[in-house]
Amino acid sequence: MLDTIRFIASLLLTLAGLFVMLSGVVGVFRFKYSLSRIHAGALFDTAGIVLMVLGVIVGEGFTLTSLKMLIIVGILWLTSPVSSHLIGRLEITINDDLEKDMMVLDQSMVQHEKEGD
Amino acid sequence: MAKIRNDYERSWWPRLLQWLEDGSTRLDDELTAEMEESREGHLLPSHEDVAAHETRLEERRRQKLADEQAMYDHAHQWSRTKGAKLANWLYRIMAVVVCVSIIWVLLQTASYLPPFGSPDNPVNNEVSRRYIEKGMEETGAVNIVAGMILDYRAFDTLGESNVLFIAACSVLILLRVSSDKHDPTSVYQLEVEADDRMYEPKNDVILQHIAAFLVPMILLYGVYGVMNGHISPGGGFSGGAVMGAALILYLNAFGFKRTQRFFTFKTFKTVSVCALSFYALSKAYSFFTGANHLPSIITPGNPGDLFSAGLIPYLNIAVGAVVCCTMYAFYTHFRKGDM
Repeated sequence: MLDTIRFIASLLLTLAGLFVMLSGVVGVFRFKYSLSRIHAGALFDTAGIVLMVLGVIVGEGFTLTSLKMLIIVGILWLTSPVSSHLIGRLEITINDDLEKDMMVLDQSMVQHEKEGD
Repeated sequence: MAKIRNDYERSWWPRLLQWLEDGSTRLDDELTAEMEESREGHLLPSHEDVAAHETRLEERRRQKLADEQAMYDHAHQWSRTKGAKLANWLYRIMAVVVCVSIIWVLLQTASYLPPFGSPDNPVNNEVSRRYIEKGMEETGAVNIVAGMILDYRAFDTLGESNVLFIAACSVLILLRVSSDKHDPTSVYQLEVEADDRMYEPKNDVILQHIAAFLVPMILLYGVYGVMNGHISPGGGFSGGAVMGAALILYLNAFGFKRTQRFFTFKTFKTVSVCALSFYALSKAYSFFTGANHLPSIITPGNPGDLFSAGLIPYLNIAVGAVVCCTMYAFYTHFRKGDM
């Protein structure tokens, strides 16, 4: 009984991690602007990794190897947001028409544009 | 493309042409000088003569310009139509020929390879068996790979370290910018100050805090990898690469002024050359005394200890120093051409 619950919990965590990673990949390839792509790409280094590692730890039980995996997650949590931050900062620094790229289109404006076409 | 010469009309070929044309070997400016001379000597030529001479000069100049234009047109025409076609055709033919010959050689080689996984393959010989069975006993290294690359095949590893060193030297030759450091008003210095790649850091607080936490960790991990190369997986090459990465992260976070306090071009030279010389000399001593360490002072020691396995930990340190310096030198030279 306990094993079944553990297996299901591990499966759910791993699937959640896979979903996050998949959405990150889709975002990286589908978003048009680099800052949006950074947002999508930061997903799998943080949420995706920790969910998958937790799934493995729950499935296999807590051992020394799980501790090492948690340390890897910690290092990724330290480094990946910093690299995203640096890329975003570079984009802000060198992009000349930032205002135009970062303009938020809300629903009414989209409707308006469609009617305008 | 024809080479344009400023003194073309003085070379022998146009003079020959000119001689064939009108029998005179003198040039335009010589003629003009002669005319000036005759005027000065009160041997004034008649008005008609001067006019005829000037029209002839003008005619010749125009002819020369037209010839030049025609030559350029011809050359461009050739490269645009026939030349491009010929080059394209040759390029395709040669590409196909080269590809087919390489494919043929590779297939020919592959057909002589032994079947995969067969027990009587030539790799399963007494050499690898000896490494596995007697490696730890003979070299004192628990990590058989370290025993192989730094003891049995140490000569090969010396070559690899030298390859890294030579690559660093080539990068220095190609990319090093010789700066005049004593003259702050030189054009180079002004250019450098205008170019913000040279005078980073951007003082990014997030990166600096993370780097201040991570750089010691990464350096420690690199040192661990180097020092434990003969006990656990790791070794000079991987540990040195990790240490070089730590230095590069430090440089990116805090800028050249901070790294120049402990790592300059002189440091790079000293460390690389000393490490390589130490490697070569110690290995030469080891080979000279018979290479099995039994009668010499280099003993395998107690396998598993930090200072065991004879020369291997020291050679690992030498290789790690060379790799670390080379990584850092590559980065700095590709970034600003100096350290």
